Amino acid sequence: MNTPILEMKNITKEFPGVKALNNVSFQVTEGEIHCLVGENGAGKSTLMKVLSGVYPHGEYSGDIIFGGKVQNLRGISDSEKAGIAIIYQELALVPEMTVYENIFLGHEIKNGILIDWNETIKRAGEMLKKVKLNVNLAEKVRDLGVGKRQLVEIAKALSKDVKLLILDEPTAALNEDDSENLLNLLRDLKNHGVTCILISHKLKEVIEIADSVTVLRDGKTICTLEAKKGEVSENTLIKHMVGREIENIYPKRGNRQIGEIVLDVKNWTAYDPTLGRSILKDINFYVKKGEIVGLAGLMGSGRTELALSIFGNPDGYKISGEISVLGSQKRFKLPEDAINAGVAYVTEDRKGDGLILIQDVKQNITLANLKEIANRGVVNENSEVKVANEYKVSLNIKTPSVEQIVSNLSGGNQQKVSLGKWLFVKPNLLILDEPTRGIDVGAKYEIYTIMTKLVEQGMSIIMISSELPEVLGMSDRVYVVSGGKIAGELAILDATQEKIMHLATNY
Amino acid sequence: MSFLQDARKLLQQNIREYGMYIALFVIMTIFTITTQGTFISSRNIVNLVNQTGYIAVLAVGMTLVIVIRHIDLSVGFLGGFLGAIAAIAMVQWDMPVYLAIPFTLALGVLAGAITAFLVAQMKIPAFVATLAGWLIYRGAILVVTESTGTIIIPDKTFNAIGNGFIPDIPDIGILPGIHKLTLIIGVIAIVLLIFSEINSRQKKQAYNFEVLPMEMFVIKLVFISALIGGVTWLLAGYQGLSWTAVVVLIVVTIYHFITTQTVLGRHIYAVGGNPEAAELSGINVKRITYIVFGSMGMLSALSGILFASRLQSATTTAGQLWELDAIAAAFIGGVSPAGGIGKVAGSIIGALVMLSLTSGMNLMGIGISYQYMARGAVLAAAVIFDVATRNRAH
Repeated sequence: MNTPILEMKNITKEFPGVKALNNVSFQVTEGEIHCLVGENGAGKSTLMKVLSGVYPHGEYSGDIIFGGKVQNLRGISDSEKAGIAIIYQELALVPEMTVYENIFLGHEIKNGILIDWNETIKRAGEMLKKVKLNVNLAEKVRDLGVGKRQLVEIAKALSKDVKLLILDEPTAALNEDDSENLLNLLRDLKNHGVTCILISHKLKEVIEIADSVTVLRDGKTICTLEAKKGEVSENTLIKHMVGREIENIYPKRGNRQIGEIVLDVKNWTAYDPTLGRSILKDINFYVKKGEIVGLAGLMGSGRTELALSIFGNPDGYKISGEISVLGSQKRFKLPEDAINAGVAYVTEDRKGDGLILIQDVKQNITLANLKEIANRGVVNENSEVKVANEYKVSLNIKTPSVEQIVSNLSGGNQQKVSLGKWLFVKPNLLILDEPTRGIDVGAKYEIYTIMTKLVEQGMSIIMISSELPEVLGMSDRVYVVSGGKIAGELAILDATQEKIMHLATNY
Repeated sequence: MSFLQDARKLLQQNIREYGMYIALFVIMTIFTITTQGTFISSRNIVNLVNQTGYIAVLAVGMTLVIVIRHIDLSVGFLGGFLGAIAAIAMVQWDMPVYLAIPFTLALGVLAGAITAFLVAQMKIPAFVATLAGWLIYRGAILVVTESTGTIIIPDKTFNAIGNGFIPDIPDIGILPGIHKLTLIIGVIAIVLLIFSEINSRQKKQAYNFEVLPMEMFVIKLVFISALIGGVTWLLAGYQGLSWTAVVVLIVVTIYHFITTQTVLGRHIYAVGGNPEAAELSGINVKRITYIVFGSMGMLSALSGILFASRLQSATTTAGQLWELDAIAAAFIGGVSPAGGIGKVAGSIIGALVMLSLTSGMNLMGIGISYQYMARGAVLAAAVIFDVATRNRAH
């Protein structure tokens, strides 16, 4: 058990202006589950890209020894030949192809020059058994949920005789059941001799599954901890990750002045014509001034759809029901109308539909409220820079300048830009959809602090979140959504993780 | 920081933008040498500008269409068709020219709105919708010119747009043979430019924003002034500023202003950069699509007018391949096929590159077959350069 299957020695990788990896050494023992943790921008993904050949030999310095041999990997195909497979957060499956086509895509089983489909289907079936996935092989990947797609991806990796499997935040997009399922599968694979590197922000799951954990910080290896020796605990991990101890990750609650009802939603029902079914059924809820209302629930329960249907309904659902904002009835036909009524919505997927990645920080921050800095339709660029700099300072956005292109920022800082953009709209009600997904502990704490400050200033917040500790730590009141309905409302003093899960899964 | 370091930093940061200007400069220099100076003669430059006109206005509109992630293949024959409509309006319906032109432009906007309806409302891919338009307008040209063939346009005012020059001030005895009003306009342009640059620099300094170092700023101003001055001098040496050049300058100025300075411009680039995010930011994506295709239709009409006026007639072949020249000009000018990136001024340079190649090779007596190949190679090279420098910037 103690032979290292992988040794990365003194790896240094530089990008123009940044040392992403600075003399990193990293060792993985054969047959273990090794977790790699660190804040965003610590260098985890870069290290894995070096290992999988995305950054070819020669673009970095240092040695990779895998399976006892020094490897000079020049691309993903090289690393796959060596027995290393990597599964990214953004899955690399072709949605329009079937499960079996996807599993053998790129290394098709051939009979002469033709593809042997019978053998392909047989072998694909065996692979699915290995990952304990029970779906029709001929189903298109498009029709599978995220959790199942992930398993298909793992099946694909296994079909290549993988010795080392790397998973980059595999559970970020999964609900609790699917996550648990995936972790069990990893344990099972371990028993069958597959070594695993897991990158994750979810420390609970790291503690649950890891044999050893390596912490990276600012492009350097901080330490490697062994589970057997009892070195792995949430506090030690956080301490090593941020370089300081965070006593309480949720900021202290100041005195919140909870006032009148800001948003009141009544008998809200929505039908999605593209899916051909109702997605929201008879929803009633309200939000008061100065309050953080948590919307808990599983992925796919309808929380995001609820937020979108309120926020001008950009997806074109057929809606019935009433909304009133500050006592007066409203009908939002477009997001524009909602924004004008003082509602802002920070999306779940900041890269997909939150930010304009090819534009710079200042353009993103001012986008939703250009009229504020424009005079008769002409943008005043000087006040734009001024506004952007104000948010850069107040939200502590780490960027060399507000002229930096947003795609160059780390996840946490992108999220702050997204937040800044919606704060500049000066809303009464801020809807945050998974505000801390995929961002590191330090940035999370900053976002929580900002939220606390905002409600103290009289803003109202709806927080959609899949992380129960976050819901419990931040909310004043919790609604649990399940199956497109409000399954229950809990005062924060009564709410526990168990109660929320019970409501969320009970429909 | 030393002067040389400043210069290098500026060049590195803006290599993509300066690349086009350098390419244009190189192409012009080569042709000037190979044609023993004929290429750079006043007469040829004036001709070049007039020939570029109808493609240049299309390229301006096409820039915005590509920026919002669409394409418009119908613009060439739409322009040709509307040019014929303008001719028919004047010749057969006796419409006065001052009415015929706005009437044609309005038809262009309408045609653009129909495209936008198909693309934004019916969700038909722009490539398909405008390919249909391409066929329809091709047929329409043939229909309207069927009975008469080429329609000769007798109206002098109309024909002056493509062939005429702005009038000169009365001769006062100095600078004989030089078009003085053109010179005066050039000088005014330089003065205005310097004034506005200094003004904007001072404003930025008042806010403590980063500005170019003083030496670089002065060099930039001297360079641009020399460029405008040189072109003005060349034009003034022949018959002065042509009406076509005036039209193009007005179009470019308006579109440059809209795209860089206004809320509308920001919204267009936001829709191109990420349509979903733009929608959720309160931008009406459908409205932007209507505006961009509407403007494209109007500019197609303008392009048709410029062309018909230049030929003093409407022909059955007007519009052939214009759309591809306009698209090529936009890509040479640095517009990103993925959307969200591209400047109007760049596309004009792109159009000038394309037309300089044609003009220069014509002067050298190179056959049309090799001309196509050369233009194709330049298009590929320009886009390769663009992609290579973009990757490095990241």
